[in-house]
Amino acid sequence: MTLGRLAIYALLVVFAAVYLMPLYVMVMTSLKDIEEIRQGNLLALPESPTLFAWIKAWGSACTGSECEGLAPFFFNSIRIVVPAVLISTFIGALNGYVLAKWKFRGSELLFGALLFGCFIPFQVILLPMARLLATLGLANTVTGLVLVHVIYGIAFTTLFFRNFYVSVPNELVKAAQLDGASFFQIFRHIFLPISVPIFTVTIIWQFTQIWNDFLFGVVYSGPGTQPITVALNNLVNTSVGGKEYNVDMAAALIAALPTLVVYVLAGKYFVRGLTAGAVKG
Amino acid sequence: MWLPKIILAPTTVAMVVCMYGFILWTGALSFTKSRMLPQWDFVGFLQYDKLFANPRWDVALSNLVVFGILFICISLVIGLALAIFLDQKIKAEGLIRTIYLYPMAVSFVVTGTAWKWILNPGLGIEKLVRDFGFTDFEFRWLVDQEMAIYTIVIAAVWQSSGFVMAMFLAGLRGVDDSLVKAAKIDGASAWQSYWYVILPILRPVFFSAVVILSHIAIKSFDLVQALTGGGPGYASDLPANFMYTFAFNRAQMGIGAASAMIMLFGVLAILVPYLYSELRGSNRG
Repeated sequence: MTLGRLAIYALLVVFAAVYLMPLYVMVMTSLKDIEEIRQGNLLALPESPTLFAWIKAWGSACTGSECEGLAPFFFNSIRIVVPAVLISTFIGALNGYVLAKWKFRGSELLFGALLFGCFIPFQVILLPMARLLATLGLANTVTGLVLVHVIYGIAFTTLFFRNFYVSVPNELVKAAQLDGASFFQIFRHIFLPISVPIFTVTIIWQFTQIWNDFLFGVVYSGPGTQPITVALNNLVNTSVGGKEYNVDMAAALIAALPTLVVYVLAGKYFVRGLTAGAVKG
Repeated sequence: MWLPKIILAPTTVAMVVCMYGFILWTGALSFTKSRMLPQWDFVGFLQYDKLFANPRWDVALSNLVVFGILFICISLVIGLALAIFLDQKIKAEGLIRTIYLYPMAVSFVVTGTAWKWILNPGLGIEKLVRDFGFTDFEFRWLVDQEMAIYTIVIAAVWQSSGFVMAMFLAGLRGVDDSLVKAAKIDGASAWQSYWYVILPILRPVFFSAVVILSHIAIKSFDLVQALTGGGPGYASDLPANFMYTFAFNRAQMGIGAASAMIMLFGVLAILVPYLYSELRGSNRG
């Protein structure tokens, strides 16, 4: 190995260490007690690792006036994410199918107009959406948050499926039509079977986006319906009886775990969604 | 055939109402006196006058410029460098790539929480360096009015530079090998062929990366909220945080709406040329 290549490897490893450092610090801090945190430093290994901070972050840390830990909010997030991901993915699949293979006058324009939705800064819709949710009686509800995430997620899911289905040869659709297959039959028997990768990409993308959302969560949720990101922020900024950095770090890790696990298990699809979604949005 | 139209109908309605309708609604609201509740006494550009006379908005805008430029430039440099180095037939490339990219999977709130602790004045990096023997070392950017915005840059670069790396790496993998070989035959060194042959081919990737990063910069909200809370005071506010504070905490709906419209125009100024060139490109292809 030449000196040049050695330098390249060294540089790559140094950067890997830099990227890993915050995760390492979080894990180590979450395993120490507060006394050890004050005595030692960021990188020091815990002398007597304890799960105290994790237990407190999960079950009894204060996130404002109530002190029930992150657990209830973790489940709020699940109750928001699961329906929002499924509904927006399902609608996106059908939309993409139509926009790719059943074009009609104006459908391209519609797609362009929808694409724009991937880019708008959501600040510009926050106020009227709050009014709409209040009018529908959905202010501060899980259903309201699901609705918001579905509406503003459709642009992305439609884009994903449309771009995927565009590459299916038109002849295939024509031939199926000649054989008398209907709109839905073609979708079910030709398009669905080849759609596993794009469903995976879309579901992972939507899951990550919605789980990590903070803006909609902080604006449209109430005390009982806050998602985990909002609760984490409240937990960190609530100081009842001194800062507990170990609890903060355990809480941050709990909030990060679901998306990290997905990333480790299905990184390939995550990256694909990131590039597909991000290049256009 | 009416079925395709029926399928798209709900999306169309949602889009027309909840995107374009709401943008118009916010635009109209920004010309009224609305405070706690929307009301429709039109006052012309009064809210915009108030907005730009507000020192806090001033700070948020100049923070966005500082943050945006640094965040974009540093992410591009790091992302490109890592991509080029990773493209040298590196062993364990997959593992290294996974490590560089994992921050992108976590929420900005988590990133903010982690860096808030790492940069903690007293117990964070400051303590670490002092333990190494530099007992006078000071690192208090988090509580320093002048420096707080740079902590946002650090955390944002940490989160997003791996993603830029992934974009460039994908671009590099798409470069035609024969071009590089031709350059080699013409006597170009490895660096020359990167500089003169490969980088020009990557121009579209650059363009996309800049658009995506500036988009992330303009929309940045959660990172600031979690890392500095906009503080000390409002020294590290960005426009999105300003908008949230005025629209939802201070019952200044008119000013909040005006600031949101300015953000929209900021995004459009970047986006319209980009989409224009993209669509032209795809029509040709």
